[in-house]
Amino acid sequence: MSDLPLLDAHDMARFAARGFLRMDAVVPDEINAQFLAEVGEIAQPQPGRKLRAAYGQLLAQAGIPEVGAGTPLARTYPQGSALARLLELPVVAGAIRSLVGEDPTFDHHFLHVTFPPAYHEAGGGENVSQHTHQDSTIDPRQAFDVQIMYYPHAVTREMGGTRFVPGTHLRKVSEAALGRYQNIRGQQHMVCEAGTLLFLHSGVWHGGGVNLSDRTRTMFKIRMNPSRSQVRMFDVSTLESPAGQRPIFYLKGPQPRSVEQILMTPEPWFEDDTGRLELLNRVKLWRYLTGDPSYDADYWLTRVENLAEA
Amino acid sequence: MRRQKVLVLYTSNSALDSAVVGWSRYDGTGETRHMAGDAEEPPYRTGLDALKDGWRLFQASQLLPHSRGSEFDVSYLKYEFWFEQLVEVNP
Repeated sequence: MSDLPLLDAHDMARFAARGFLRMDAVVPDEINAQFLAEVGEIAQPQPGRKLRAAYGQLLAQAGIPEVGAGTPLARTYPQGSALARLLELPVVAGAIRSLVGEDPTFDHHFLHVTFPPAYHEAGGGENVSQHTHQDSTIDPRQAFDVQIMYYPHAVTREMGGTRFVPGTHLRKVSEAALGRYQNIRGQQHMVCEAGTLLFLHSGVWHGGGVNLSDRTRTMFKIRMNPSRSQVRMFDVSTLESPAGQRPIFYLKGPQPRSVEQILMTPEPWFEDDTGRLELLNRVKLWRYLTGDPSYDADYWLTRVENLAEA
Repeated sequence: MRRQKVLVLYTSNSALDSAVVGWSRYDGTGETRHMAGDAEEPPYRTGLDALKDGWRLFQASQLLPHSRGSEFDVSYLKYEFWFEQLVEVNP
């Protein structure tokens, strides 16, 4: 058992169901200030200067290391740097351990800066939000990577913020093929205090919001892969032991809060029929995370696995 | 001179009068610029409501059989309806 504050069963079920975990203002101001200082000043807009040039200069000057993919996460950032300190926060380390297991591998990171209208006007470009997409490429695994989105300063709605669609993480799609979906019911925009972290399952559909404010918006993303097992890495002592499956459809009142209740809660965008497949796929993910191949919720897998054999 | 406005609605099942769960808009007149994340509520409750408001349906997604072995896979939004309006604009 780890000494870290691990996610409990309900938090883990929420992540399995919705594909995200949000920690508001969890990073201390001192680390936020250190990180922004390490990033450095962002040049003011200049007429005729393309945004790409400003971005390139920012990435080159920032005190964030270039790191090879596949490096152990623990060796990614210099000791004492803001990002090393962030990853060492017990609540962060506990969540990482719960979600990707021990000794995760660094995949990549990126400094996302979203510029206000003045930069686009100066450079002659259009100020628009990023198309909705799923990162990387088609990923048919049950295993998953985790992306931490770090917001080192407060983000208002006017500043755009990361847009994401809870519950889309189990959809097998091809990156920017989603681009035609402008709005999906239940989408969320990250409006948050400084020091907020958003842990995303690598399959969650998302995109950067358009910045309509007068200041740049900075977000830092770190993607990590499991290097060992992801099974039973959360606080399994908080798992309930239901005597059997709960009643379905014909119910005389609200059901108690439970892992099943969390896994079976639909999203506003669920289609009538594929929404049921989403529930079924959540059960499959929960089987994976708990190492229990017989687990079911609301009979979805038991029914289709009944081959009527003696 | 005519320009096309396009509305794409994603509904909760294959019926045009089922609830809208996703939507996109493109304005060929250039009067408005729609983009990802620009609205929290759909412009119409159902596809039928869009017809009643003068949108012309020109494409609907097909219903395809589920291939063996991937019956439970989910990917793109399944019920997609494309509408248009043709608008006169001054040259």
